[in-house]
Amino acid sequence: MARRENPEINAGSMADIAFLLLIFFLVTTTMDVDSGISRKLPEKQPDTDIKPPVLKEKNIFEVNINRNNDLLVEGDAMKIEDLRQAAIDFIDNGGGNGKKVDGKEGEPCDYCNGAKSPTSSDHPNKAVISIQSDRGTDYGMFVSVQNELGAAYTELRNRLGLKKYNRSYTDLVKDLSNNKGNEELKAKISFLKKAYPQVISEAEPTK
Amino acid sequence: MSKFKKKKKGLPAISTASLPDIVFMLLFFFMVSTVMRETDLKIQTPKLPSATEVKKLEHKSLVSTIYVGKSKDGKIKGDLIQLNDKIARVSDVRSFIYSERAKHSEDEVAFMTTSIKADKKSSVGTITDIKTELREINALKISYSTSKGEVFNNVE
Repeated sequence: MARRENPEINAGSMADIAFLLLIFFLVTTTMDVDSGISRKLPEKQPDTDIKPPVLKEKNIFEVNINRNNDLLVEGDAMKIEDLRQAAIDFIDNGGGNGKKVDGKEGEPCDYCNGAKSPTSSDHPNKAVISIQSDRGTDYGMFVSVQNELGAAYTELRNRLGLKKYNRSYTDLVKDLSNNKGNEELKAKISFLKKAYPQVISEAEPTK
Repeated sequence: MSKFKKKKKGLPAISTASLPDIVFMLLFFFMVSTVMRETDLKIQTPKLPSATEVKKLEHKSLVSTIYVGKSKDGKIKGDLIQLNDKIARVSDVRSFIYSERAKHSEDEVAFMTTSIKADKKSSVGTITDIKTELREINALKISYSTSKGEVFNNVE
């Protein structure tokens, strides 16, 4: 009797099967990573009448957006392209003394490069940006404004970081995400954040 | 004489034996990197605005997503909100977040983020309504979902 050998399975169509699966995964794949602008909403206020703290007019940077997506900054029309620089000029002005810190009287900003104009903000930790939009404003415009204002803070922090630690703020944050729990990096980042605290207030939109 | 008969010369066929290996390699790459779309969009896929100051959202399981966009057939004017697989109203946001919270342990709740995926054409009013709801139930961490890019073409 002839010895029967196991016939070899023809693997020629293996490629076809694999291609079929490959195409399926290619089609269903979404390569997008979820990313976005992070914001923290203010906590809900109790109903009792708490008087909002009184801020000096010059320490508020007012940004208004109307329903035609036009920008009004400190009373003047402005293009979105110029918003970042305007915000930087405002935050970095350093025209007076800062807030009281740990019971000590506020000191003038020694790291600001601004014009020190008496009509603009006193100190980065006193500077407040207020955004008022309309209910009809496009969300895209709203995000653009948020982004530009956030970018203004990042730019200032980067500058101070480069001066102080020879490493920009963005790089420090990146380092921390690669090296979680590094106390030294954390301290540097929180120092920069404290030097230019991001205070963006959103007013209820106009109807 | 014909002992060394010359073989007919032709182009040798390229071996395709390793083709399956190559394809499998690609296949595995895509299998591993695939993120399956979990929800069917009942609204038009939102055209996200672009921004430069983006942060990656970590811990996907802790992110609950709210979609805002136009209706698919364009018949309904105004913005629609989609939670999970259904079109919902602003008042449903609350129960949506509560049900998302129920999926996680208590100490994880503080790290939960709400990602708002809204079309750049939708109105700020809708977004504000959602934000007010989120504030009411203390879901304070939000992320305006954006793609990476310059901001100057967000408004046509």
